[in-house]
Amino acid sequence: MIEIGLGHYLTLGAVIFSIGVIGIFLNRKNIIVILMSIELILLAVNINLVSFSIYLGDLSGQVFTLFILTVAAAEAAIGLAIIVVYFRNSGTIRVEEIDKLKG
Amino acid sequence: MENLQLVLPEIFLSLSIMFLLIFGVFKKNSSRLVQSLSLAVLIVTAVITFNETIGINETKLFNNSIIIDYLSSLMKIITLLAAFLVLIISSNYLKTFQIFKIEYPILILSSVLGMMVMINSNDLIVFYMGLELQSLALYVLATFNRDQIKSSEAGLKYFVLSALSSGLLLYGCSLIYGFTGSTNFDVIATQLNSDVYAMTFGIVFVLVGLAFKISAVPFHMWAPDVYEGSPTSVTLFFTMVPKIAALTVFIRFLYVPFLNLIDQWQTILIFLSIASMLFGAIAAIGQTNLKRLVAYSSIGHVGYALAGVTVGTNDGIQSSIIYITIYVFMNLGLFSCLLMLKRDNQYYEKIDDLSGLSKNHPMLALSLLIILFSLAGIPPLAGFFAKFYVFKAVIEQSMYFLAIVGLLSTVVAAFYYLRLIKIMYFDKEKEKYDTDHGFWLKFSLTASTLLILIYFIFPSQLIEVVSRINII
Repeated sequence: MIEIGLGHYLTLGAVIFSIGVIGIFLNRKNIIVILMSIELILLAVNINLVSFSIYLGDLSGQVFTLFILTVAAAEAAIGLAIIVVYFRNSGTIRVEEIDKLKG
Repeated sequence: MENLQLVLPEIFLSLSIMFLLIFGVFKKNSSRLVQSLSLAVLIVTAVITFNETIGINETKLFNNSIIIDYLSSLMKIITLLAAFLVLIISSNYLKTFQIFKIEYPILILSSVLGMMVMINSNDLIVFYMGLELQSLALYVLATFNRDQIKSSEAGLKYFVLSALSSGLLLYGCSLIYGFTGSTNFDVIATQLNSDVYAMTFGIVFVLVGLAFKISAVPFHMWAPDVYEGSPTSVTLFFTMVPKIAALTVFIRFLYVPFLNLIDQWQTILIFLSIASMLFGAIAAIGQTNLKRLVAYSSIGHVGYALAGVTVGTNDGIQSSIIYITIYVFMNLGLFSCLLMLKRDNQYYEKIDDLSGLSKNHPMLALSLLIILFSLAGIPPLAGFFAKFYVFKAVIEQSMYFLAIVGLLSTVVAAFYYLRLIKIMYFDKEKEKYDTDHGFWLKFSLTASTLLILIYFIFPSQLIEVVSRINII
């Protein structure tokens, strides 16, 4: 059996974080996917913080996580609202068609 | 017992926001009243900040998570004043587009509250909460003209990129927390160990996030699109107020917890600064839209302000605060001019629309000329002094390369400012613009032009104000 330590959790966090970042840049289809990627990034940070908090025996990391969860919820709400507003104006949320502003 | 008086400005501002929101919702057609009340709130908050906190020694509150010192008080007052000026000149623009709603002043107030928390912060959690409060309000502000596709696209782009940058910043925060064992800036400073690579990673991630917020190259790509698409009054807000707060956080972050790692972050900051100065100067040349041009020019100016922060001395920090203050006034004047380019309820924002402005509107053209000269850094206007202080601080630390690149990019940047002047004075004239602008718009244009013009008579006042900032 492998002992699961801090390193494993950090690796998991880093992998999820990378998936999130890559998801934002490689995604050419749908904005909702970008919203999900942002959520993934924040959750990767939460994994990091919680595992550090347990490892250090210090509670402030978990407090930080709770704050991040709250902010992530607010951010998702505002993001969805902006997407709805944009969809009403343009009739599409495909990433490659968001190109009215250029120069 | 904590000394709650010192956070009275924040408490007052947050209670006023809640009150104004409820008041605005329950009283019909109260947008004008809410606007006036918000202006009053901003002034009162600035006065409270001045009275309660400007003279006191450095104090830390709430388990050292909030710091009140001269730097934070001064920057809070500058932020509040800048927000006041933005709010006061934006009402006519909003009325034209029929978006003069109660939410506008309230959103500005809440983002200002976020900035004040950011400026106060001495702890990663407080810093992050302030940053998010600011950003969440700004996302909505960028989308404020919600029936217009450009504005909603600007909001969408700003949201996606800003949320990504917050994510990067947070990842950096988590690494810093993990390898120092605390979120408090002072504790981080004592626990720093430059041998741990993860620390460097953490700093880099946090710097990337901050550079995003301040729109420094190479994290500037959102700025031109967002500035062009947002309503002009919101663009004015974007170019000034968040940058004041973000610059303060830059200073606080680098000089409190990470002062010992100066060798590592100095190189990154020099790169950011040089890249912003050069890119801001070169990319602005081909622009046809004035708001886009302003976006690139603001990227360049952020580069100069950052050059002061790289230096690592009190002089450098002071010079970059002077720079950002003078920049606020220049930008205010520039946008007042932009808001005056209005004919038959339509605003004009192409560079061609300036053509021949001097024939029909000599005073407007003259003010714009002074402001553009100042932005280009031509003596004896205020913009020259701003650059002069920064480069003096840079040269005193023998960072000649940074100074030379900065001066060269000033020359390049002068090209597009002078081109605007050429278009105004020597090209064919167009139809007249409206002249019935509100009092406050005229006032802000006159005041900012005069301040820029006569700054050289009493430069010592501003220097005296910032010379009390001692971080190191």
